[in-house]
Amino acid sequence: MKSCLVVDDSRVVRKVARKILEDLKFECTEAADGAEALARCKERMPDAILLDWNMPIMTGIEFLKKLRLERNGEKPVVVFCTTENDMDHISEAIRSGANEYVMKPFDSEIIESKFQEAGLV
Amino acid sequence: MNPADFAFLAELMKSRSGLILTPDKSYLVESRLGPLARAEGLSSVDEFLGILRGRRDERLMRATSEAMLTNETFFFRDKTPFDLLKEDILPPLVKARAAGHRLRIWCAAASTGQEPYSIAMLLDQNPRLTGGLNYEIIATDLSEKCLERAKSGLYTQFEVQRGLPIQMLMGYFEKVGDSWRINEKMRNIVQFKRQNLLEEIRTLGRFDIVFCRNVLIYFDQPTKRGVLERIAMQIAEDGQLLLGAAETVIGLTDAFKPSPTRRGLYARNPEFRGRAAA
Repeated sequence: MKSCLVVDDSRVVRKVARKILEDLKFECTEAADGAEALARCKERMPDAILLDWNMPIMTGIEFLKKLRLERNGEKPVVVFCTTENDMDHISEAIRSGANEYVMKPFDSEIIESKFQEAGLV
Repeated sequence: MNPADFAFLAELMKSRSGLILTPDKSYLVESRLGPLARAEGLSSVDEFLGILRGRRDERLMRATSEAMLTNETFFFRDKTPFDLLKEDILPPLVKARAAGHRLRIWCAAASTGQEPYSIAMLLDQNPRLTGGLNYEIIATDLSEKCLERAKSGLYTQFEVQRGLPIQMLMGYFEKVGDSWRINEKMRNIVQFKRQNLLEEIRTLGRFDIVFCRNVLIYFDQPTKRGVLERIAMQIAEDGQLLLGAAETVIGLTDAFKPSPTRRGLYARNPEFRGRAAA
């Protein structure tokens, strides 16, 4: 079973995403901001990370840049999942090492399609 | 719904688009024609159908037959056909064509354009696939509304997230307000035309590859056969046809032969010479 870390400061979004990912047979853990996500990754690198952009303490993009410098930090497939939906944000995310990008609002079809693109499903 | 109205609508759909409307699909009538009835200032679909039957107004009949069709599609739908195009269809076909040949690909029932644009992006991204040959993609549909949208190249945020890798969104689209528009180069590669598959298709010319996916499922057997055999007459002797996952030529016609190893892929049978018009 593949593992996925769901990073979002909204509990509701985490819950919805978790349900979709569990249906896709991912084992899920959660983090409410970038710093917490980084701590989880240091304990154990997940196979995939669904990542919000705007969060308190540490944003998604800050987290991603730090993650990619970690030991084994290049391994997780990172899928952004954010309300930021302009080309500048998308380009910055991909340049910083994201593998795919979901623009909120999302549904199960979009998550499944994007996880397929990223080679996770 | 009154059975006479339903029978009238079923007959209209059959003659205009080939769609077989069975009573188990009557729930579709309400959801598809509701907006049309409201746009005409009528209070119900029943009232709308009554007027349609009484007046037989051409504009309303056309709007009705368009509204009843399923236009659902998305970028790189089902994935496999695009892999087949890349790996199985184009390499031998390109090899067999002389340098000056113009490759012609037809997307029949292209709806809002995601399929032809997916092919256009795929070919643009892999120039070696076409081996320096010029190519064009002709996309047809029955619905003017769909064609208009397809030509505009504008898609919602939801649509560009179904099947389209983010790298392709970055490479081929720009954001316009809340929508995303595919770039001019792709829009120029694809030509959109109105075409009813039940009618004569000779004017479209000759093709090397035909995508005709998820449309035969709506037709009865004789209509399926007719469409397949008309396509056969427009396709090169070594041309290839791609059908939807739930579709086949088996038991319908010998105009095409299923690939022994690739599902959904059909080769033109060079021995098929067409049928004398009945």
